Amino acid sequence: MAMNFSENADRMDVRYVAGLARIALSDEEAAQLQGQLDDILAFVGELKTLEVEGVEATDVAGEAQNAMREDEPQAGLPREAALANAPLARHGQIVVPKVVE
Amino acid sequence: MSADLCELGFLEAADALAKGQMTSAELTAALLARAEQLEPALNALTWRDAEAAQAAAKAADEARAAGDERPLLGVPIAIKDLLNVKGQPCTAGSNILKGYTAPYDATVIERLRAAGCVFISRTNTDEFAMGGSTETSAYGTTRNPWDPERVPGGSSGGSAAAVAARLAPAALASDTGGSIRQPAAFCGVTGLKPTYGRVSRYGCTAFASSLDQVGPMARTVEDAAAVYQVIAGLDSHDSTTSARPVGDCLADVRAAADLKGMRLGLPKEYFAEGLDPEVERLTRAAAEQCRELGAEIVDVDLPHSRYGIACYYILAPAEASANLARYDGVRYGFRAGAEELQEMYEKTRAQGFGAEVKRRVILGTYVLSSGFHDAYYLRAQKVRTLIRGDFDRAFRQCDAIIGPVTPTAAFRVGEKSADPVQMYLGDIFTVNVNLAGICGLSVPCGFTAAGLPAGLHVVGPAFEDARVLTIGAAYQHSTDWHKKQPEI
Repeated sequence: MAMNFSENADRMDVRYVAGLARIALSDEEAAQLQGQLDDILAFVGELKTLEVEGVEATDVAGEAQNAMREDEPQAGLPREAALANAPLARHGQIVVPKVVE
Repeated sequence: MSADLCELGFLEAADALAKGQMTSAELTAALLARAEQLEPALNALTWRDAEAAQAAAKAADEARAAGDERPLLGVPIAIKDLLNVKGQPCTAGSNILKGYTAPYDATVIERLRAAGCVFISRTNTDEFAMGGSTETSAYGTTRNPWDPERVPGGSSGGSAAAVAARLAPAALASDTGGSIRQPAAFCGVTGLKPTYGRVSRYGCTAFASSLDQVGPMARTVEDAAAVYQVIAGLDSHDSTTSARPVGDCLADVRAAADLKGMRLGLPKEYFAEGLDPEVERLTRAAAEQCRELGAEIVDVDLPHSRYGIACYYILAPAEASANLARYDGVRYGFRAGAEELQEMYEKTRAQGFGAEVKRRVILGTYVLSSGFHDAYYLRAQKVRTLIRGDFDRAFRQCDAIIGPVTPTAAFRVGEKSADPVQMYLGDIFTVNVNLAGICGLSVPCGFTAAGLPAGLHVVGPAFEDARVLTIGAAYQHSTDWHKKQPEI
């Protein structure tokens, strides 16, 4: 059952990808993740040995199709309820750090 | 009667309430008292509010006194801490959602509420359902009721442990790669992963949306079927739900006595290297039991099974990386202090997410990134087609597939937490069912020499959930593994 680790595994730049995912990493975390993600990529790289030429891709394994309904307005979450979980709210709005100078 | 009340199953409790043999308030009090006694050691629950649960139970009793005859009125159920119950916290086992209070009911909750159920507690889960042991939960590891040194499985380990330890007669859980079936097997309870599209995920914290499915855990197949029938069906809030009628399988499940005319496939790929000899012996004995009940056992091939885990650990993290983008500290949940916005995102996610979630979000971001998308994500989607094809072919030869749920019985706390790949390999028999969008049931099928439960996996074609429940019930009615209780 254990799979052979692929020889030609990719090595990701963990810091760069974590930046794309908006996750700050400590040096220690980055080093640990690098090793673990190398292992995982080597493991999932096993799929590269499989012939998939001409095979269709499955995105959802179901009967999924466009589900249509009447375009009628419905009540959403009341503002107070939506704001109740906000880390910081003022004047009925969510407060965030300044984005533009 | 009080201590024994915790022994009642879901339908037994419904029956006792209908006959007036007890009140919901009495049952709820007994279950909460048991939780009070066992929880410090078990840690199956992330939250309970005795006062609120008692109030809900009392309301159910008053409704019954006033003539309300809903069959599930006042029956308590535990809910995985991933599903929104209005007014209760919903943390997904993560620090990033600490302090979050659900402003609405998930569809499955709305349906159970309409049926009269009491939401007695919330159960522990691996963080965002990512894990197979509950060890990634921000609320600490749940202990296996059969051996506190061992994990209960995951991600729905809290639900499985709560049902096994009699803290609730049934629980809701979710299954993206085995998260209902694996903990059910590890804790000796029954768990159903319904067909993709059978149960609404609206209000269920999203992990991997092409794989996630909500389902029941209970101590018998009947009880699991009873919960399943309430929660299943079309929902305008989840466009993947099917309009096919759910039907009523409870009578068939209850009456299931034999497996005559049933062809059950035994995939040879499931009995390969890596399967623990004791689990293999128990699974083969269960297959033999099915044969004695009249089933014809046939060999089937699932040649791409061995690629399932690699396929899953590309697709699920990819979807998770997109789904978890919403946890940015802006609208709800934890926010880290920062001077500017980008820094706020990065610090919030750095401090709010645990190690496994970071690992998967980073992995998912990578496999979707420019230059790697085709090599990983697209390729995995094609492999997914091959895995589906395996099942399509197998189901031309048999009515359902049987096999082990897990390669081993419950492992020790800490045994696999340092090596993610070892942890992922435990999903070998379950992930393919999610990838193919079909249904799978775990029923207790015996114990190892160390006294740990094992599960029999009954896997059926899409929308044949009633069939796997009926097969599982026929097996369960001829065995008493599900009646064994952990000594805690």
